Amino acid sequence: MELSWMAWTWPTAIFFITIALLLTSMGVWEYFAPGGHPRVGLLGIETTRGDRLFLSLLGSGFINLAWLGLFGPSLWWALALSVVYAVGVFRWV
Amino acid sequence: MNRTWNNKAWFMVLPVLALVAFSAVIPLMTVVNYSVQDTFGNNVFFWVGTEWFEEVLHSDRFWAAMGRNLAFSAIILAIEVPLGIFIALNMPRKGWGVPVCLVLMALPLLIPFNVVGTIWQVFGRIDIGLLGRGLYILGVDYNYVRDPVDAWVTIILMDVWHWTSLVVLLSYAGLVSIPDAYYQAARIDGASRWAVFRYIQLPKMNRVLLIAILLRFMDSFMIYTEPFVVTGGGPGNTTTFLSIDLVKLAIGEFNLGEAAAMSIIYFLVILAMSWVFYTVMTNYGTEKR
Repeated sequence: MELSWMAWTWPTAIFFITIALLLTSMGVWEYFAPGGHPRVGLLGIETTRGDRLFLSLLGSGFINLAWLGLFGPSLWWALALSVVYAVGVFRWV
Repeated sequence: MNRTWNNKAWFMVLPVLALVAFSAVIPLMTVVNYSVQDTFGNNVFFWVGTEWFEEVLHSDRFWAAMGRNLAFSAIILAIEVPLGIFIALNMPRKGWGVPVCLVLMALPLLIPFNVVGTIWQVFGRIDIGLLGRGLYILGVDYNYVRDPVDAWVTIILMDVWHWTSLVVLLSYAGLVSIPDAYYQAARIDGASRWAVFRYIQLPKMNRVLLIAILLRFMDSFMIYTEPFVVTGGGPGNTTTFLSIDLVKLAIGEFNLGEAAAMSIIYFLVILAMSWVFYTVMTNYGTEKR
């Protein structure tokens, strides 16, 4: 299949593979340790595990954009901050 | 919380998932791929990393368009929602007036976006347009081609004309679902017109109103066709909203990398706001149960 029009690069491929793996592992997690039912957390809203993953990914996008705008293109610290944020979201939201 | 969770039901959404994959996910992946590269056409790409994102984030042009878009959404929501509720409250509940009002209200919604733009483009012209010529005869210095304020007024009026009906129809649907017993109880208690609105009608309308606000916000934040047809983003850049700027960047300047980076930031903003609205909508309902 000719995919050159999609202009794939390794970094973007790794990015999407990571998201696909995250989604798959969420499915596996739920299968082996069900517990994704809604709960009310810090924000006072009902969230499931899927909601928390969505919030983690969306928030990470903004963290990386903010880092890029404020501090420049070295995004490793932004990635670390995103991981901390995601853990926080899964733990408390 | 004792809901039944049957995860096998997720298989039912597979066909939709396949459709969405081809209509949205694969194109979005391509946009992400473009956003980290530069191209001069012919499928030749050069890796640039996050440079396009930095350029967009530091671009005054982008933030100005974002500001205009937010201002536009805020203004039309501030007009359309109260006006829509007001009209819905005054629409007849029975008799021949109901179908007449409903059809009249539905009419603007049935007109294609580019036709709405053309109608208002002609309507506002000072040489032949009813509005433009009429104001000119009355001595009002109105010219949407030259004056930024006039251009904004025209676009806002156009949007109000086009979309207030949506708020009206949704509010009306909420109003007619209120049982008569509520009004009878209010009459017995001697409730004022304001109290009836505040404590009976508004709470019963809140779900549909939130849907109306969500739809109007999303749509106004992504508005393209109507202002493009009426003003083309002008005079200068005063009515250049994000989507118009994006098209200028991608097609006008063939700056695909920067346009892709801008699309992704635009997409993230819309996604975040949709999530906020959706969460407010769903949680507002559960509190009342």
